[in-house]
Amino acid sequence: MNRLRRFFCTPEAVAGAAILASLIAMALAAPLIFPGDPQAIAGPALLPPFHDWSLPLGTDRLGRDVLAELFHGARTSLAVGLAAAAAALLIGAIVGTLAGFAGGLIDEVLMRVTDAFQTVPSFLLALAFVSIVGPSLGVVVAAIALGAWTGPARVARAEVLSIRERDYVAGARVIGMYPLEIAFREVLPNALPPVLALSSVIVAAAILTEAALSFLGLGDPNRVTWGGMIAEGRTVLRTAPFLSIVPGVALVLTVLGVYLAGEGVVESTAVRRSLS
Amino acid sequence: MTVLAVSNLAKRYRRGGKPFAAVDEVSFEIGPAETLALAGPSGSGKSTIAKLVLRLIEPDAGRIDFEGGDFLALSGGSLRARRARLQMVFQDPLAAFNPRATVARVLDDPLRIHAIASRAERPLRIAALLERVGLETNLATRAIHEISGGQRQRVAIARAIATRPSLIVLDEAVSALDVSVRGQILELLLDLQRQERIAYLFISHDLGVIRAIAHRVVILDAGKIAESGDARTVIANPQSAVGKALVAATPKLVRTSQEAS
Amino acid sequence: MTVLLSIRDLAVRYQRDGVEVAALKGVSLDVLAGERLAIIGESGSGKSTLALAIAGLLAKSALVDGTIEWPPGQLQPSRFFAPPSVLPDISPARGEISSSAGGFPPATPEIGESDRDGSISPLVGEMSGRTEGGAVEHRRSNVRGELPRLGRDIGFVFQDPSSSLDPVMPIGRQIAEVVHTHLHLTWRDAYAKAKTLLERVRLPDPEATLRCYPHQLSGGQKQRVAIAAAIAAGPKLLIADEATSALDTIVQAEVVTLIRGLVAEDGMTLLFISHDIALAASLADRIAVLRHGELIELGQTDQIINAPRQSYTRALLDAHLGLDAKPLLDRKGASA
Repeated sequence: MNRLRRFFCTPEAVAGAAILASLIAMALAAPLIFPGDPQAIAGPALLPPFHDWSLPLGTDRLGRDVLAELFHGARTSLAVGLAAAAAALLIGAIVGTLAGFAGGLIDEVLMRVTDAFQTVPSFLLALAFVSIVGPSLGVVVAAIALGAWTGPARVARAEVLSIRERDYVAGARVIGMYPLEIAFREVLPNALPPVLALSSVIVAAAILTEAALSFLGLGDPNRVTWGGMIAEGRTVLRTAPFLSIVPGVALVLTVLGVYLAGEGVVESTAVRRSLS
Repeated sequence: MTVLAVSNLAKRYRRGGKPFAAVDEVSFEIGPAETLALAGPSGSGKSTIAKLVLRLIEPDAGRIDFEGGDFLALSGGSLRARRARLQMVFQDPLAAFNPRATVARVLDDPLRIHAIASRAERPLRIAALLERVGLETNLATRAIHEISGGQRQRVAIARAIATRPSLIVLDEAVSALDVSVRGQILELLLDLQRQERIAYLFISHDLGVIRAIAHRVVILDAGKIAESGDARTVIANPQSAVGKALVAATPKLVRTSQEAS
Repeated sequence: MTVLLSIRDLAVRYQRDGVEVAALKGVSLDVLAGERLAIIGESGSGKSTLALAIAGLLAKSALVDGTIEWPPGQLQPSRFFAPPSVLPDISPARGEISSSAGGFPPATPEIGESDRDGSISPLVGEMSGRTEGGAVEHRRSNVRGELPRLGRDIGFVFQDPSSSLDPVMPIGRQIAEVVHTHLHLTWRDAYAKAKTLLERVRLPDPEATLRCYPHQLSGGQKQRVAIAAAIAAGPKLLIADEATSALDTIVQAEVVTLIRGLVAEDGMTLLFISHDIALAASLADRIAVLRHGELIELGQTDQIINAPRQSYTRALLDAHLGLDAKPLLDRKGASA
């Protein structure tokens, strides 16, 4: 609880948490407020915002409700962002722990694989992966995670290398603990904090990558995405700029919110560490 | 019969590009219920020998026989099983435990790993272990970082004796403790030795402590054995240069008006 | 004998997880000029807190009551005019003092051996839980009289030389910086002085050591460097806080001999903080025994060792395992 209080002490953290909270509320409320298909035609095409209060943000080229699309898009952005980040952190933590703990050949092989992934631009990797496997939500998540797990893997490995030398790891060996149990029960939990500190950066990057993929038409075609909305609006950028600006602003706010909240968490744990 | 016999043990490292011998042709034996102390200045190879004996690192040469079998020949599962008989207590009892652990978990691990007690029996075993080392049984639910240094070292000893070992390596196990606690821990170790017939490889730089608890002492210098023998005889009349220096450097409390008790 | 500093009713409390912990409870003590005073106690006795309080290195969050008074005339004349006893009750931040009232000396200790950590300031926040790294300059409204400056008037030697020396700065620079800062010598003279200091702490080949980094030295050598830095500006008071505890017996004896010699040569006052009563007795003129934050006994070394008034002191003496004590093995009457 102390930690929570400290988290809410910094104004950035409060702002970030507020943005994220409203975003999550949007995502959760989307099927309640806009129960129908957000891709259905709701009115005349290219209705500007604030003209018709049943369609507050107006309509797009095909007459779809922009506000409904925005709400449903929040679901996709958040789901993909969080799932991809979780997958990247999980893969990274496991690979990093195995490499750092086992050392020798296993370490060498795993880290060269990590190098290989890191040298390919992660967006190109995602692009190639989705193009080959085909666009669907799961594939997009996998594609993004594929390019994002190397950071957590390196941080986890570095941390594990230092923890591996601690007395309590030697102690676990002396009592005859199985090496995999030492790695995942004694070492990994203590190596996690700095890895988790990366999560805000990864979530933000994943949301942006998802938007970029959708913008290029490689998102799940059955779901509304902010990236897709921006791509849609691009063709009428001169006549109806709001179609690109509205989802763009939503995207910027989301990434900002994730960053700020993440900073707040790091800040509050840093204070805690220095006090203890 | 010996519990541990080490012969011609050697371990070399590279320091600044040059190879140097951390442990060089070291041989010694420990009998049942015997305490052998390893003494020497820092860098003399004491802790390296401890790690070698525990197979935490591998020697470059030499032989380790434990309970009559070639200890270096073991690997994998057979080594892990054998570890039950050869335990260790570290210098810093806080660093020796997973910072997230509770007392109960620390004591549960060896019982579970070596299938000493069933899941249902283990809480009783843990309580018995805590009592054995002079701790309250309700300490089990506490986190390791919540208890005092002396209590932690008792927990470390409880964990070491959980698997009924024949030898415990004590690496500066009382050096970080307050003097009053140190006395109690040494008493506990002696008591356990008498009752369970456990042998100790007792590593310390403090000749006063060694003299109080050890039967025999091996004095090391730069990885080699400088001299060895009966602890009190060696300390009373050291023959090697390093032995003389260690004795001379030990702080002496000169109490004139009363007998040192 | 003249009093170098006089501590009255010093109480220090820390906040820990919302709970207040008393580290020192009403300690009163006079440190005499030129004496060797040992402060002994077990963990949690408050002995390090006392040392840090005297040096002005307590954590900012510490709540301090009582006074530490430095009678006038004991400290070296400062570069600034230092009016006695006119410190504002509520000291503003350091910057404000020097700008608003040019006559005041800085209210905080200047860079000294221990402030080496301060020079890598980004780390201070991260490490502030630790004694070595967390020693942050502290507002010193409890200090009366002339203000001692850490490094100039007080030399401080920590337990762990690895964390009190800057790992990425050559040894010579670390010592020369203290000299340069406090004695206002040119860098060339400061380096010459640093070399002399390394000779004084008997490091082999001082010329080469000047260019070494801390990791190239052994623990005992690093502690010698830390001592050289602590005495660089010719302080009146040398505080050694468990300075030999991390060293092995032989090196410990060498460092104690070194400290004894340096203190005698320079006429310094020594505050020797230790958990080891025998070690303290071998070095000190007087011994103060702390327990649970209270000063329970203070007396001449001879009296403390041979006629302790407190049962706790006696227990500490009895717990000492010297080379003449009866082995526990025999007391138990058990042998293999």
